[in-house]
Order: sequence, then C-alpha cells, then structure tokens
Amino acid sequence: MEKIIEVKDLELSFHTFAGEVKAIRGVSFEVFKGETLAIVGESGSGKSVTTKSIMRLLPESSTEFKNGQVLFGGRDLLKISEREMQKVRGKDISMIFQDPMTSLNPTMKIGKQIMEPLLKHQKLNKSDAWKKSVELLGLVGMPQPEMRMKQFPHQFSGGQRQRIVIAVALACNPKLLIADEPTTALDVTIQAQILELMKDLQKKIDTSIIFITHDLGVVANVADRVAVMYGGQIVEVGTVDEIFYNPQHPYTWGLLSSMPSLDATEDKLYAIPGTPPDLLAPPKGDAFALRSEYALKIDLEEMPPLFKVSETHYAATWLLHPDAPQVDPPAPVMERMKSFPGSRYYEGNAGGAK
Amino acid sequence: MAKYITKRVVYMFISLFLIASLTFVLMKLLPGSPLASAEKLSIEQREVIYEKYGLNDPIPVQYIRYMGNLAKGDFGISFQYKNADVMTLILKKLEYSVILGAQAIVFGTVIGIVLGMIAALKQNTIWDYGSTIIAILGISIPSFVFAVLLQFIFAVELEWFDVGLWNGWKSSILPSIALAMGPIAIAARFIRTEMIEVLGTDYILLAKAKGANWFEIAFKHAFRNALIPLITVLGPLAAGLLTGSLVVEQIFAIPGIGEQFVKSINSNDYAIIMGTTMFFSVFLIVIILIVDILYGIIDPRIRLSGGSK
Amino acid sequence: MTNKLEKLPKDSFERITIDSTQAEKISKPSLSFWQDAWLRIRKNKAAIVSMFILIFIVFMTFAGPFMVKHDPEAVKVSHANLPPKVPGLEKLGIFDGVGKLGSKTVNLYELKKIDTYYWFGTDSLGRDLFSRLWKGTQISLLIAFVAAFIDVVVGVIYGGISGYYGGRTDDIMQRIVEVLIGIPTLVIVILMIMMMDSGIWSIIIAISITGWIGMSRIVRGQVLKYKNQEFVLAARTLGASDRRIIGKHLLPNLMAIIIVNMMFTIPTAIFFEAFLSFIGLGLQAPKASLGTLINDGYKFISYQPYMLFFPAFVLSLLMIAFNLIGDGLRDALDPKMKD
Ligand SMILES: Nc1ncnc2c1ncn2[C@@H]1O[C@H](COP(=O)(O)OP(=O)(O)O)[C@@H](O)[C@H]1O
Ligand SMILES: [Mg+2]
Repeated sequence: MEKIIEVKDLELSFHTFAGEVKAIRGVSFEVFKGETLAIVGESGSGKSVTTKSIMRLLPESSTEFKNGQVLFGGRDLLKISEREMQKVRGKDISMIFQDPMTSLNPTMKIGKQIMEPLLKHQKLNKSDAWKKSVELLGLVGMPQPEMRMKQFPHQFSGGQRQRIVIAVALACNPKLLIADEPTTALDVTIQAQILELMKDLQKKIDTSIIFITHDLGVVANVADRVAVMYGGQIVEVGTVDEIFYNPQHPYTWGLLSSMPSLDATEDKLYAIPGTPPDLLAPPKGDAFALRSEYALKIDLEEMPPLFKVSETHYAATWLLHPDAPQVDPPAPVMERMKSFPGSRYYEGNAGGAK
Repeated sequence: MAKYITKRVVYMFISLFLIASLTFVLMKLLPGSPLASAEKLSIEQREVIYEKYGLNDPIPVQYIRYMGNLAKGDFGISFQYKNADVMTLILKKLEYSVILGAQAIVFGTVIGIVLGMIAALKQNTIWDYGSTIIAILGISIPSFVFAVLLQFIFAVELEWFDVGLWNGWKSSILPSIALAMGPIAIAARFIRTEMIEVLGTDYILLAKAKGANWFEIAFKHAFRNALIPLITVLGPLAAGLLTGSLVVEQIFAIPGIGEQFVKSINSNDYAIIMGTTMFFSVFLIVIILIVDILYGIIDPRIRLSGGSK
Repeated sequence: MTNKLEKLPKDSFERITIDSTQAEKISKPSLSFWQDAWLRIRKNKAAIVSMFILIFIVFMTFAGPFMVKHDPEAVKVSHANLPPKVPGLEKLGIFDGVGKLGSKTVNLYELKKIDTYYWFGTDSLGRDLFSRLWKGTQISLLIAFVAAFIDVVVGVIYGGISGYYGGRTDDIMQRIVEVLIGIPTLVIVILMIMMMDSGIWSIIIAISITGWIGMSRIVRGQVLKYKNQEFVLAARTLGASDRRIIGKHLLPNLMAIIIVNMMFTIPTAIFFEAFLSFIGLGLQAPKASLGTLINDGYKFISYQPYMLFFPAFVLSLLMIAFNLIGDGLRDALDPKMKD
C-alpha cells in the first residue's frame, strides 16, 4: 500500500511562561492511501499538536521541534520553506477544525471563503471558481447553494457551517484531510450527518483522512486504523478490530471500559482515575502507570518500547514483555476479546476446534 | 435592531431634557445672570430688557418658553455681543472647529491604525515597543500640554508658524496635530489588541490552513475584523476631541467654538456658555448614538441578530 | 519496533499498586491570588519604575516646599519673572539665572541685585515656582485621590446594590445610569462647577458627579457574575447574612477590578482638574495646582518657557505613571492571562 504521509519520531516542546511543555514525546505513524486513521485520546494528550505540526500551524515563536520528520510526497515538511509549505496547505493537505462556530471568518461572505483556495492553488478565474464553489456547496448537501454563497457565516447553523468548512477543505481534492474533532461541538443528530457526509465524500474523491476524536464511539464508525495517544505519545496502534477486540494497553482498556455501549445495561459508567500527566515535567517511565491498576515496577523506571502484537498492531506497555506477569483486562474488555480470533481469550464460534 | 434604536433615541431625549433643565436652573441661579453687565444699566433700561425677554414672567412660564426655544434650535441671546443670537454665533464659528476636529480625527485614526498594525504584526520587536510608547504618551499627556509644547517648539523657537494668530489653513496644522495625539494613541492601542486577538482566532488558523500567505492573513482576513470594532471608540474619541479643542483652540487662537466658549467663561457670558453647552451635548449624544447604530449596521455578526452589545 | 531488548532484571516486572490519588497531586506550588499578582507585576518593569516615580513625586509634594525658604504663596513683586537658578548647576551654564529681558539675554539676578536662589524661577508676582510646583502637585493629587475615592465608594455601593438585589431595584437603578451615561462628562463637569464657587471641593464634586458611573457598571457586572456561583450559593444556604456574603465573599473577588479601575480614575481626575484650571474654571490664585501653574506658564511661553515646562513635565509624568501602573495591574490581576 502506498504511504501518503509518514511521521517519524516527532518530538516537540512549547516554551511558555511556566517552562518547557513537552507536548509531543516521540510520535511515529503513517497514513496509507485512501484509508482513515483515527487518533484517539483524552483531551490534552497531544492530538491537535501532532496534526498542527504536520501542517506547521503552531505558533512559531514558542514552538521548538526537537526531533523527527514529516515525510510527504518525498519531502520532509518540517524542512521546506514557508512559501513551499503554503503551496501544500489547502491543496495537498487540508484541515477541518473542531468548532464550526469560530472557524469561518465572520466578516467575509462564505462564497469568497470557499473560492479562496481555488483561486490560489488551482489558478481558476473568478467565474470558474464561483461555479466550482457552488458545486462544492451542493456536494456537501447545502440547499440553494447559489444563494447561500452570498451570505455571511452567522446566517448558518453549526452543522451547516461545518459543511461549509468541509467544502473549503475539499475544494482542491487534497491527498490528505485532517479532521480535528470535526463533530465534537455538534448535536448528536448533526454529528451523525456530518460523519456520513465525510465517509461519502471520502469515497467520491479518494482522499486519506486523519480523524481526531476523543470519542471511541465515533472511531468504530469511520476509521480503518486507530492510534491511541496518551501524554504526547502513541501508546497503541492497530486496525479498528484489533483496537476494539484485542486491545493490549491498559490505557486502551480504560478508554474502552469508559465507552458507553448501546446494548449494555450497566448503570454506572467507568472513568479512568486521576488526571493526564503534567507535560511540564513528564514522568520518567510509562506515563500512564500512575493511573493504572496494572502498573509494574519497571513502569516507574523506564519507558516501554512499542511491542509488536501483529503485523499491524503495536502497543507500548511492559505487560507485553515476555517476563511480565499475565494480567486479566477488565471484564467488559475481556468479554470483547473473546470474539477476536488471535486473542488469548478467543473462544471460537460454532463449536470451533482450537 | 429597530427596538434598540428606539430605546436609544428615547434615552437620548431624556438625557437632553435633563441637561436643558439643568442649564435653565443654572441660568436662574447664577450670580449676575442673565444680564452680565446689568449693573451698568439704568432701572428703566433694565425693565425694558426684562420685559423684552420675558424675565418678569413666572418661572414655570419662562421654563416652558426656554425649552420650547431650545427645541426650535434657539439657544438664547448673548449680551456680551450686542444681543447676538447664540445659535448664529455658534454656526459662524463652527467652520473652524469642524476643520480642526475632522483633520485631527482623520489624521489621528489613520496614523493610529498604521501604528497599531505594525505593533501587532511585529509583536515584541522594537517596532512594537516604539508604537506602545507613542500610545502611552498620547493617552497620558493631555492635548493642551502637547499644544503648548508644539507651539513653543515650532512657533516660538523655530518660527515656522505664527504665534496666536489665525492665518488660514496653515494655522490649523499644529492644533490638529496636538488634537490628533489622543486619537493616534487610542486607535493604535485598540488596533494592536484587536489584531492580536483576531490573529489568534480559529478562522485565521483556517485561513492559514488554506494556504494563505502572511499578507493575505494580515490584510484580507484579520484587518477588517480588527477594524470594525474601532467604530466603538469613535464616540469617546469625539468627546475627547471636543474637550481638547476647548483649550487647543484657545492656545492657538483659533476663532472656533471652543475658544468662544472659554472666552465666555472668563467674561461670565452665561447665555453663550449655556447655549454652547447645549450644543455640545446634542453633538456628542447624537455622535455616540450614530456610532452605536453604525456598528450594528456594519458588523455582519450583529447585523441581523438584532442584539445590542 | 521489534522486541530486541536487553535483559532486564526479573523483579522489575513485579506488579505494584499505585495510589491513584497521588497522580492528581498538583506539581506546581499554589500561590494565593495576590502573591501571584505580585509576582506578575514585579516582572513589569514599566509599572515598577512608575511606582518609584510616583512615590518620589508624592514625597516631593510634602518635602519640596520645605526644601527652599520661600513661601509658595508669598508675593514679592521685586523678584518677579526670575529664571531658574540653582547653586552648583549655575557654573555649567544651565540654571544660571540668565533669561530674556525684552530682546536681550541677560542675567536677571545680577541685574536686579538678587542674591537668593529660585531653583525653578519665579512667576510674574515673584512667587517661588519650586515650592509652588510641589504645593500645586499636592493639591492636584489630593483632588484626584479624593475624587477617585468618592467614585469608588459611590460606584461600589450603587453597582453592588443594583447587582446584588437585582430585579426591580436593578431595573430602576440601571435606567437611571443609562440616562446619566448619556450626558457628556465635559458638559456635566462644566455645569456643576459653574453652579458652585470655585474651590477644591467644587472641583472634586464636579469630577465625581458622573465619575462613579463607570465603576458602578463594572461592579454590577462582577456582582452579577459572582452572586450565582457555587461558593456564594453555598454560603447563602448555610444562612449567611447579606452583609456577610457581600463582605466576605463578594468584595474580595471584586478588589482586583476595583483597584485596576481606580488606577485609571485617578489620572482622569488629574486631567480634569488641570483642564478646568486651564480654562479658568478651576482654582483661583494664590492657590496653585498643576492646571493653574500650566495656565500661568502658558501666558509667558515666549519669555519664560520654564514656567510652563516644570508643571507640564510633572503633570505628564504623573499621568504616564498612573497609566502604566494601571496597565501593569490590569495585566497582573487579569485571570484570563493566567496559565
Ligand atoms: N501553543 C501552545 N503553547 C503551550 N502549550 C500548548 C500549546 N498548544 C498545546 N499545548 C499543550 O500541549 C498539550 C497537548 O495539547 P493538544 O494537542 O491540544 O491536546 P488534544 O489532544 O486535546 O488535542 C496540552 O498539554 C496543551 O496544554
Ligand atoms: Mg484538540
């Protein structure tokens, strides 16, 4: 499979009033052509920073890239000039942000905002750009696009605005679309519509997507693969099935246990105890150990490497070390693992032989 | 929006009514008023004048007549200037004051906007600090201090301008600059803060994500959004200019309303003082109302939502 | 990404239990609001320098008049219109008593056979300008502080009542404010001062008559914000009296914003005093204030510019210092900028 983008050993800090915030501490992943990679994790785990560093949208004055590469189309995006980068933004890679209420310019007609990338990157003339924009608005499901082009953002609802933002992002048929919690700020019903729209459009224009969310429920719906982030690191990565039915990292267990399931009757929802680590002074070993009931002595000493679970599945936890004791994940997770071939709790089906 | 405007207009009239009543009371209370030089007149002369201006009528009648006259734009009569009509006097002097005020506000806001933009776009550089210093000086130092300093340097010492003499448009340069210092400072500070805030918004980030360059970000996206709220300070700015113009006109001997006003204070010509006060009140209150309404019309964010601030 | 790992000691894989409350321990030492604000303002060099300048000026307003043996209000016509002369400095060619007489430049002290020193010169009535300057500054500051104090007291009470009791009370009080705020400050100040005899109190009252409105609106907004917050509701449920709630819970939270606002009220008052005196509505001679001194000086700008410079300089310095301190305090006390 063709790799669209590859992030290698990314390490990045912010210099703030209070000191150095080590926001990203060694992150590597890749996105293949046509797939959707979901990045999940609690808020503050570094999801947005990771994607903003791909786009180089972080404040220049306070951000320090300490290490790593972002390989895209044979180039390292962290090395190219700002001018070159401007040609990548909005054309090859585009972005959708969390809050549609604030991500459109309030004093500019939305037509102009959609036409902007077309005029800039595709060198269309005004009337062609206009036609293309109307088309795009229709594509994202906006009724009466012709008339809507002349309106200002405040004349649209939240869901409609997110559709506009999507239209802007897709204007130049980008190779990679980064959606940073695109549905978090929306009502549940609107959320579903926007997700449908994105899946639909992905098929139509064959783009790869990095989909950021803190909501595992959404992930099952849209993603091919999932990366779980914690404390500025990726702690587990695998296909959707692997993450949902054969998770290895205690943090992933925690996330899965705290996910409300539709069929379940439990009256109390599980919440991971404690708070995310302070990135001003990140813990020495496994950042999650302090909140984990599966902590090992070594977790406090040394950072776990990524252990390979399968060709597509890796997890950074000492529990996968051959010397580590066998532990049982929480019951609901164990229940899930029973249905995954290859997991150690797999029970097979239809009287299947071992 | 219509409801908001109606409400504002009603308040405007209540404010004006109060001010008018207060001026009437003052006219009645003030020593020696309404005839500043009444002592010099004989009893018969005084009687004639009292009769002529209805000063023998009961107070409520005088009050109603006074308010009626004000409503018609009749601000009373100056005794100092041979019974000249105050409104006519004001209108005659208006031109000078308007030239001065308009020059100051245009010059001041334009320079202020430029300074504020530079400061915001070159944050924490020498440009930013320079512009901040100018802003602090402009906000802190009263315009009459600027006025006397300018006069001392450019008129007294360098002799580029005449001292205390109105001599056509050239004489309006120094006073306009002195008056503009406030607007420069206020606009510069305001634009800097607004620009920095706007540059940190999501829509600017999205514009960047679309591939916009530095210039497009600053001028196509940010500038307009930072500029529109500047309208809100135009009201206070006008009030400040008016205050400043009183002294600045006097310092540079500009034959405008402000100079007339200060002169009248020193010669106790209450009719002119009260008339001009009324005129200032109407002027400022109307300006502030217009500014507020204008903001509602120009800013598309509040244009249709019908909200006040 | 392979499992090539050096051998680790076996016992490092023992399970341990971790007190999960430990994870929530806050690593930063927590500072009280005022400590935090102090740390912030200490970093603001402009505000700190301004603070020292202000202290110096206030000190001089008390000590200055005693540093010379001239009385600030004593008229001595034979010593009129003398330029500044300072012992020591005179040898350097500045402050040497040389000034203009007609079109000639001469040493006026020698000409008039005066052997005393007037550090900042004298005015047209022979009054010593050095002591007058500090006496005048003192009066200006007094007027400003009292006016600001009145603004704060009236504003806090009015805004506090309006916000705290809410409902009809608030409605009526706010309608009144909306009408008053429509009246331009300049107009009301001038009308008020004409109604009263000129003097310090007239100026103070004229400045305060609308000055409190801004403060009252801010206080009302804050009270509205805090009064429904949990800690206040909790206190109320526990049966705390209104007085206690206002005194113990609301006022401390309002302190910051009151102080910041006061820092901007003071220079406004200084300005209005100077302005009124300059247009002839302020203090009358022999009393001095910065405004009257500037007015006097301005009349002699061509011949004795120093008469203007000293008071104009002190006035500007005061205004700048207050504004910078106000800015610094606002930044330091603004919880929005906290990280
Ligand atoms: N510009 C910045 N300056 C300092 N710290 C930042 C900045 N942006 C993000 N951070 C910090 O980096 C961490 C990761 O943030 P983010 O990527 O936004 O989390 P999320 O996973 O919720 O998207 C957080 O601790 C945040 O406080
Ligand atoms: Mg985020």
